[in-house]
Amino acid sequence: MDNVIQAEGLRKNYGDRLAVRSVDLSVPGGSVLGVLGPNGAGKTTLVRMLATLLDVDGGHAEVAGYDVTRHPRKVRERIGLTGQYAAVDSRLTARENLRLIGRLHHLDRFAAERRGEELLRRFDLLDAADRYVGTYSGGMRRRVDLAASLIGEPMVLFLDEPTTGLDPASRQVLWDSITEQVEAGTSVLLTTQYLEEADRLADRVVVIDEGSVAAEGKPAELKSRVGGERLRVVVRERSELPGAISALAPIAPEEPDVDTATGEVSIELRNGVESLAQAAEALRGAGVEPDEFGLYRPSLDDVFLSLIGDRTVTEQSALGKART
Amino acid sequence: MIELMNDSRALLGRHIRHLVRMPEKLISMTVMPVAYVAVFGVLFGSAISLPGAEYHDYLMAGIFAQTMLMNVSGTGLGVADDLNNGLVDRFRSLPITSTPVMIARTTSNVLLTVLSSIAMSVVGFAIGWRTEAGPLSVLGGFGLLLLLGIGMAWLGAWLGLVLRSPEVINPVTFMVIMPLTFLSNAFIPLNGLPSWLRTICQWNPLSVVVAACRKLFGNDIATSQAGALVVRNPEPRALLLTVALSAIMAPLAVRAYRKAAAG
Ligand SMILES: Nc1ncnc2c1ncn2[C@@H]1O[C@H](COP(=O)(O)OP(=O)(O)OP(=O)(O)O)[C@@H](O)[C@H]1O
Ligand SMILES: [Mg+2]
Repeated sequence: MDNVIQAEGLRKNYGDRLAVRSVDLSVPGGSVLGVLGPNGAGKTTLVRMLATLLDVDGGHAEVAGYDVTRHPRKVRERIGLTGQYAAVDSRLTARENLRLIGRLHHLDRFAAERRGEELLRRFDLLDAADRYVGTYSGGMRRRVDLAASLIGEPMVLFLDEPTTGLDPASRQVLWDSITEQVEAGTSVLLTTQYLEEADRLADRVVVIDEGSVAAEGKPAELKSRVGGERLRVVVRERSELPGAISALAPIAPEEPDVDTATGEVSIELRNGVESLAQAAEALRGAGVEPDEFGLYRPSLDDVFLSLIGDRTVTEQSALGKART
Repeated sequence: MIELMNDSRALLGRHIRHLVRMPEKLISMTVMPVAYVAVFGVLFGSAISLPGAEYHDYLMAGIFAQTMLMNVSGTGLGVADDLNNGLVDRFRSLPITSTPVMIARTTSNVLLTVLSSIAMSVVGFAIGWRTEAGPLSVLGGFGLLLLLGIGMAWLGAWLGLVLRSPEVINPVTFMVIMPLTFLSNAFIPLNGLPSWLRTICQWNPLSVVVAACRKLFGNDIATSQAGALVVRNPEPRALLLTVALSAIMAPLAVRAYRKAAAG
């Protein structure tokens, strides 16, 4: 299928500050692109340009087959946007919000009403539908916002950090709705700081940092870039560590990673189960009875951290360990 | 065109809901002007004497005009509120133009001042104000005030979009409204002023509009003999001024909105 988003050399500067330097990206129809980046990377700026909210300073972009600068109207008829901050009227009820957006999508009164009800039901908002959105929790407000962006049955959906600040349960609810929408054929561009989110939802991931693309690929490809599966062994006694290291070293293609503080040794596994069996055999031969013995797959966290590097390690340390 | 009207109406519905739900605003916009009529009409009325006329008859056109000027700050603040609210992004991602967003905002503010004016008319009537012209002429006077309100709302919208923050909008709109109101014939007859001050007041465009209103209301007995520049045939000039204000400010405001939102 053709690309529903195609951007080349997209650039935006605020004064002399380059927020987006030169971004190329493409999203094939029916797929989900995750845009991953730390605070200030330029994710919101990128989304706003693609959604025709912000003038483009350089390069060009086509969304849903139309140039964002030349035919913003055509683009707007085909997109839905859930911005980083919920864009709903807090002094209207959810029902009124959705009806208003429906009318502005030029649905007639009944169609707007019907579409609104449908979405209220789908996002489990019927009970609260007649309360002012201002009284809603963050998660509910996000749901109204997402519902509002779906009223026009968009071909392309932009989601800017859709689950930031939500608890795990609300996040799950939102993820499910997004997945459902994708199954119905909508293409999605989603920005996030949660690597797990990109892993869960995205077919492809673009990592951006300081306004440029730092890496791109399928989540699995990106993960394999920081190395394949690893075996992780934690010894019971510190004194067993040298034995474990010498047992595992012959199997490992490179020097084993050792953490003396935790008594942890990890090696890359080149031959899957075969190497795993060898490792178990070698450890038994050396008389080491490990506390933990298991496979470890690098997560997108590792990709992210190895790309973004030490600069943000301290900020991001809560997300996982750095392996540089 | 039909689409523009439908979009504006849908968006106006939103503002009207806000008004109904925040009665404070509605109340303050009605109580204040009503208090003005009562206080000015009675207090000033006993201090200012007009040969052969009642002060409250003189006052009403001026105080209506002052109320219409409130559209500057009301719309300015409203627009800034819209801009700083994520809702602008939502609107900009919809297949609508900027124009209905601005039309709805200005219209809702003008409606509010129309409600104030109705309340003021009632109070004015109670303290003795009477129009002394044919119904069409009186209607024309109110029409002129409406045009003034619309023009001022567009001016306010533009100011709000250029200035953006309420902390700046408040003092600036005050500096626009105050001299316009008080260096005019809105509250005081100009005859008694020193000639340099009178000249300034006569050249104030608001004086033209107020004079025209007074004439259309038939409340110009006291001033018609003054023969001043401003009272000679003010109606066409007032019409021209108010229409020109909208014609200039509306496109500017729509453009400013588009620019402000597209950062
Ligand atoms: N209106 C603006 N004026 C000036 N600079 C801006 C503006 N908006 C964004 N920037 C700057 O552009 C850069 C990119 O900002 P952007 O909001 O796109 O980042 P982000 O990836 O969305 O960050 P976050 O994860 O915090 O939302 C930042 O350095 C930011 O300070
Ligand atoms: Mg952002």
